[in-house]
Amino acid sequence: MDSPILVLSLLIFVPAVVAAVLALFPKGTDDFCKFVTLATTMFVMGFAVLFVLMPFDIGQPAMQQVFNQPWIPSFDIEYFMGTDGISLPLVILTAFISLLSMIASWTIKTNVKAYCMLYLLLVTGMLGVFLALDFFLFYVFWEVMLLPMYFLIGIWGGPRKEYAAIKFFLFTLFGSVLMLIAILMLYFNSDLTQLTTQQLADSHVLTRNLQQKFDVPVAEATSAQLEGAKKDLFDEIESGKRSHYTFNILALQHMGQHTDLFSSQDILFPGWTVQHWAFLLLFIGFVIKVPSVPVHTWLPDAHVEAPTPISMILAGVLLKMGGYGIIRICYPICPHAGYDFATFVCALGVLSMVYGAFAALAQTDFKRMVAYSSVSHMGYVVLGLGVWSATAGTMFDSYSWNMGIKGAMFQMIGHGVSSAGMFFMVGVIYERVHHRNLNEFGGLYGRMPVYTALAMIIFFAGLGLPGLCGFIGEVFVVLSVWNFSHWMAIVSAGVVVLTAAYILWAIQRVYLGPEYKGPHGDEIRPINSRELSVAVTLVVFAIFLGVYPRAVLQYMDATIDAQVTSLSDWTKNVKTPELEGAEVDEEEVLAQSDEKSDEATGTQSISLLSVENNSQPDLGSPAGAPERSEASEPTAVIR
Amino acid sequence: MQLHEIAAEFINDTKGSLWPAFAPELVLSATIMVMLLVRACRWGRFIPAAVMTLVGAGLALFVALPSWLPTGPDGGVASHELFTGMLVLDPFTVYLRIFLLVFVLLFTVFTVLSRNPERDDATDFYCLVLGSTIGMCLMASANHLLMVFVAIEMASVPSYALAGQMKHKRKSSEAALKYSIYGAGAAGVMLYGISLVAGVLNTAHLPTIALKLAETLPSMSGEQTMVLALGGLMIMVGLAFKLSAVPFHFWCPDVFEGASAEVNAFLSVASKAAALALLVRVAVGVSVPTGSEVATTAPAANQPAAISTASQTALVADEADLEPMASDQAAPLVPVRRFIGLLVGVIAAVTCTFGNLAAYAQTNIKRLMAYSTIAHAGYMMLAIPAAIEAVGVDAAVSQQAIAALALYVAIYLLMNLGAFAVIAFLRNSLGSEEIADYSGLIRRSPIITVAFALLLFSLVGLPPLAGFFGKFAIFAALANSWRVTGQNYLLWLLVIGGINTAISLFYYLRVVKIMTIDPERDGGPVPVAPVSFLAGTFVVVLTIPVMTLLLYIDTLNKWAQAAAQQLF
Repeated sequence: MDSPILVLSLLIFVPAVVAAVLALFPKGTDDFCKFVTLATTMFVMGFAVLFVLMPFDIGQPAMQQVFNQPWIPSFDIEYFMGTDGISLPLVILTAFISLLSMIASWTIKTNVKAYCMLYLLLVTGMLGVFLALDFFLFYVFWEVMLLPMYFLIGIWGGPRKEYAAIKFFLFTLFGSVLMLIAILMLYFNSDLTQLTTQQLADSHVLTRNLQQKFDVPVAEATSAQLEGAKKDLFDEIESGKRSHYTFNILALQHMGQHTDLFSSQDILFPGWTVQHWAFLLLFIGFVIKVPSVPVHTWLPDAHVEAPTPISMILAGVLLKMGGYGIIRICYPICPHAGYDFATFVCALGVLSMVYGAFAALAQTDFKRMVAYSSVSHMGYVVLGLGVWSATAGTMFDSYSWNMGIKGAMFQMIGHGVSSAGMFFMVGVIYERVHHRNLNEFGGLYGRMPVYTALAMIIFFAGLGLPGLCGFIGEVFVVLSVWNFSHWMAIVSAGVVVLTAAYILWAIQRVYLGPEYKGPHGDEIRPINSRELSVAVTLVVFAIFLGVYPRAVLQYMDATIDAQVTSLSDWTKNVKTPELEGAEVDEEEVLAQSDEKSDEATGTQSISLLSVENNSQPDLGSPAGAPERSEASEPTAVIR
Repeated sequence: MQLHEIAAEFINDTKGSLWPAFAPELVLSATIMVMLLVRACRWGRFIPAAVMTLVGAGLALFVALPSWLPTGPDGGVASHELFTGMLVLDPFTVYLRIFLLVFVLLFTVFTVLSRNPERDDATDFYCLVLGSTIGMCLMASANHLLMVFVAIEMASVPSYALAGQMKHKRKSSEAALKYSIYGAGAAGVMLYGISLVAGVLNTAHLPTIALKLAETLPSMSGEQTMVLALGGLMIMVGLAFKLSAVPFHFWCPDVFEGASAEVNAFLSVASKAAALALLVRVAVGVSVPTGSEVATTAPAANQPAAISTASQTALVADEADLEPMASDQAAPLVPVRRFIGLLVGVIAAVTCTFGNLAAYAQTNIKRLMAYSTIAHAGYMMLAIPAAIEAVGVDAAVSQQAIAALALYVAIYLLMNLGAFAVIAFLRNSLGSEEIADYSGLIRRSPIITVAFALLLFSLVGLPPLAGFFGKFAIFAALANSWRVTGQNYLLWLLVIGGINTAISLFYYLRVVKIMTIDPERDGGPVPVAPVSFLAGTFVVVLTIPVMTLLLYIDTLNKWAQAAAQQLF
């Protein structure tokens, strides 16, 4: 199992293959289908831990388990995957939530075989998104999970399932079409020949050439071998065997940060280069998935109508794809645009947090309230990722930015656990009483004490109580924002109060109170062992991550440090000089008039100084000579 | 030169052109003759027409393979003119011809499985199909405006009869009548346009038109330019009719509704592909003066001056004009290219937007597919402005754009033939073509439903289905062309195409939703018979490549690239 292509391909495609096999099963094997699916998700979980998580080198910031095979050479599309500190936690989260959701799926009674097949295809799509390093491949996986999701909501959903399903589909497809346009813009502006040997090697472009010529992997190649492989590659480009374009995300990141390929040409507006448009289009695509206000409206509908396990997947994994896309693609590939739009992105994050919290406060549907809490919590992620606080004012100290991104990443994992848990808890009670009206609950504490205790822990985790998984991410993000914008930090800290308000109010209305008076009161029975297994697992992880966040943070540290350092170096070396250059250009005309008097004064003081020191003034410029003679008069007077 | 010498050389040229370059068309013609004659014999009735069609088309496909043709220096089929320049044989012709013949083979199998046409009508039906196919092959290889007209008519006239093939149905006859009246009108306008262009430029030979334009356009008076533009627009009318492009699409939904699903498949795949090929021929022909690469086969063409003096309308390009042109000489063609690019681009954008919006309101699956066909014609036309704009800048970009079109057409064959096959089989099974009657279909015929859903999603362009890559290639061509030319309207076309993809999801998804999510309708049609095993297999055979094509798309893309190689 030391061949990355085998490991990652098995991880991703085993669920799809099992789905195909399930298609051949005869009717009346519903329970067997469920067990097969559960076994597959267990396999994915175990396999991911054993062969991806265990061999992972924590200190290594670069991509690990990388492989790179040609797929569609005529478009330079590669079967290129790998994992690093950003994708690994999300892959594990995906496997974890998939497993738990499958246990929660036992309540599905109709069309079980179709459900299991679609569910497994969904798992394939989700894992693929996090592991793909080729932009085209990424896009394919991004879309692959749309179809199963549509049917999973549309067939097994609630009363307005069709509306919710098509809304989800349309919003995401609209975003991904914009993403496709951005991908094409970046692809056709890319140029591999602009990268240095080291960059080509780092982005695994040379892997194949190295393999063919020297039969060594990138990590072990000497610099001479790398040069040889690079020469081969350039020869191939020269002779037209392959083009200089690339879909390689790592290579595109290098191009974005170390060349001006994406910023050479203004489009439509002055100052709006390829990368500004690409950033905007990609950002819209990702932010629809996150989702941020104002493109969040699909989320409450989809969540409310989706069956419980699908809500868990939706909140636990699918929303994270938006955040992942922003951190992996938007910022590293389009840093200019990222810098210029930082305020916009952060403001959007803050807006989502505030809007989501207020909207959650106003809901009477339990599940809808949890859905809006997702909007609010994912706002932290956008905010944390957007904080570009490594500027000249902070001496390019990337410390707080680094904290923001780690906070956002941790928030994604924490929210993955807590929101999946919240949806599960809502599902458990809905299963019994068949309604979700917050005002008709009450007194569940007396009827279902174990369930209530577990639910409270999960809801407190969502609230961001210290010691639980929601706290770390929020606190990191809020702290990191202070350097960037005081008012945003204040507002985002204030949202915590709103969050506490809606969660505590919900707990009060649902679990506390004297007795349950709503409909179907006689069907309330204690939590069963299957539900207990899911709930306890989630609670354990919510506490574990809250108490020992290093368990997750240690995996992301190296990669995020490297990425943030690289981007803050870029800010220092590329963006700031450019901005200052532009300022000088503008102010040059104004400065021209004052220049002469300034110079005169300057010369005067220098002359004064030199005279006092009794030595020759050393101005070093030929223009200094006549000025000196002019200035000598006042000097004489002083003397 | 004496008249008899000209005649002798003309005959010589014709003989040289016939084999192997014109062999597929000849084989098809012979098949039609045999089918018609065999009917006269007593034992002839026992040979099914479909079998003869399959044999004839298979034989034609065999002789259409590029291995028979002389190869050029780059290993591809050498590009050369046939019949004193009326036709051109190049890799693009070869690709399109193979495509059309493969389609005819699949189509024949499909009609046999769907048991339409009935036995008595079969000979007529297949003769018309083959006759129309010959016309389409000519469309793909037309190199002269007269040939453009003749080929369009040759492809269209049998289609009019095919549309009225269900003789006992009023709607079918109505469809045929509408189709032929529209067709006749469009053909008349087009012919007038051809006469205007030929009148101003003294030639109707496409490469010569490009040369003449480059030569005379700078010194042309405003009136002449106007006449020329008018002629161009009128020719576009004829092409737009064949493409069912807005605003000449009105016939399409009515004809599709009236004609059988089988005929729809023929019209929406073969006819569209041929019309697009013709559009490529005309657009590229008049904007790329690369006559130098085209060498005529027969010796007669070596003395074209004699013919030119013999008749004022030159059939053959003047050899002197066929010298390679320097780029500055082609500079006057820039406005021509801009004109064609903008014209086709605007029509394409309007066509796909209109098609997608209009499809949403349809309740009849065939009408819906008609609008879907219109929309797809729009997507495919987007490749033309991308190719034409990049002509003078980067030939590789132009080739890529036409290759994208060729790729899309090939993928489109699988998707649309599959979709119409499902519609026909369901018509046999349910006796209905209303979308509402498909409700709850997944519980009755799950395999057909899943296949149909996949085909429809492929038409939307969702990965990993094949339709996605077709769209991706077209969009890539637009993006690439925009980058090298800096023409912002190409970017807008890309955005419009992209947004249209999202819009189109709506109506395809509605069909899928009705089939899979909705419960069975009360009072719906009672299924007459289940879809037969063979029919199901046919649909699955078409769906499997749609599902898996992305894995080996590179091979197909290489063929498409080879097809477009010598156009620029």
